[in-house]
Amino acid sequence: MKPIKKASEIIEQVKNGSSIMMGGFMVCGHPFTLAEELLKKNVKDLTLISNDAGFPDKGIGKLIVNGQVKHLIASHIGLNPVAGQKMNSGEMKIDLVPQGTLAERIRAKGAGLGGFLTPTGANTEVEKGKKKFEINGKDYILEEPLGADFAFIKATIADKNGNCFIAKSAKNFNLVMAMAADYVVAEAEEIVEAGELDPDKVTVPGVFVSSLVKAEINEKGF
Amino acid sequence: MDEKELKRIRIAKRIAQEFPDGAIVNLGIGMPTLVADCLPPGKSILLHSENGFIGLGPAPQKGNEDKDIVNAGGKPVSIVQGGCFFDSAMSFSIIRGGHLDYTVLGALEVDEEGNLANYMIPGKMVPGMGGAMDLVAGAKNVVIAMEHTNKNGAPKILKKCSLPLTAKGEVDLIVTELAFIRVTKKGLVLEEIAEDTTVEEVVKNTQAKLTIAGNLRKF
Repeated sequence: MKPIKKASEIIEQVKNGSSIMMGGFMVCGHPFTLAEELLKKNVKDLTLISNDAGFPDKGIGKLIVNGQVKHLIASHIGLNPVAGQKMNSGEMKIDLVPQGTLAERIRAKGAGLGGFLTPTGANTEVEKGKKKFEINGKDYILEEPLGADFAFIKATIADKNGNCFIAKSAKNFNLVMAMAADYVVAEAEEIVEAGELDPDKVTVPGVFVSSLVKAEINEKGF
Repeated sequence: MDEKELKRIRIAKRIAQEFPDGAIVNLGIGMPTLVADCLPPGKSILLHSENGFIGLGPAPQKGNEDKDIVNAGGKPVSIVQGGCFFDSAMSFSIIRGGHLDYTVLGALEVDEEGNLANYMIPGKMVPGMGGAMDLVAGAKNVVIAMEHTNKNGAPKILKKCSLPLTAKGEVDLIVTELAFIRVTKKGLVLEEIAEDTTVEEVVKNTQAKLTIAGNLRKF
């Protein structure tokens, strides 16, 4: 059985300077309740790992606007102009990572791999500082695993063993992030007894999940 | 409809004819998205959305949106019958692994060697590459949909890209309102020109060297 906690109890464990992965793709499948609690507690100097910088007025985007993020690792920040401003002013460090490379680096961490070779970014600025290999005539670069202190993921239904079903295109980064952090919180729209979730419908095996939070905020990105 | 929009639709229509029945296609944001409205009837073509599904369908009517079905721009869309959802690692395995037949993207610059620059202008536009680098590196066919020249009228099809590259040597086709150009090992081949232009006009607006195909066609 995984403990069911309040979002506030979870955020008490987060220190200034913690690193957190947050699921979601343009806030679809994003843990809004935990993001709001991070905002309320005003935890600072965070390293956030997310597909994108969201929108300025929603979820992770609000944390960036509020100046709580020291370092953002993402694939795209184009729909949150404040993120770009903070990058240009030097207030926030941003590492832009190709989306597939970001997902695979996180997966590699969770899967116990020391990295992987990808053609993505070879012969571009992305290859700077990375080892390069030619295999069967094609160029590849070595990408290293990426983990974090926490992962906050969003589930549609979680059972009390931590098994999560994530609906439709809300899966996005939530599965790989659940694999790659020391402490993993599944924010679920619905929490059911173990046994009530069809084992065939499990997106994230409960083995990855540390605790559950009931989602109080289920915003839309549009 | 203004002239610019007509040009964009002409490009989209020409690209839509390229896909064979059964193709899996990813359309980038902007002009490439128009291709979805021009797909020929009678062919079964499925659209891949890199945030996690195959079978991208049109935007639902207002009030019928599903918060869990969005496109790569975060906008509400739908999934067609026979589609499927997956997570980001699977989505990019499909892309990088060569399981995607076509990707259609816009470009800032493209050159004779099939190099593409479309994700940043140093000091000006740095939104991040999103999935573009993976799409260009992995898709079987990379199609560029763009206006032939930039807003100052300068060529975008160059001898050598000057902006940071999205990928080296991956572009297969360039379709503009003037021309349909194939990237080959021997350079760029002008295979088709628009019905209201001339070869001279196309060459004048292209910095890269063009080889004119023997059986030059019009579109």
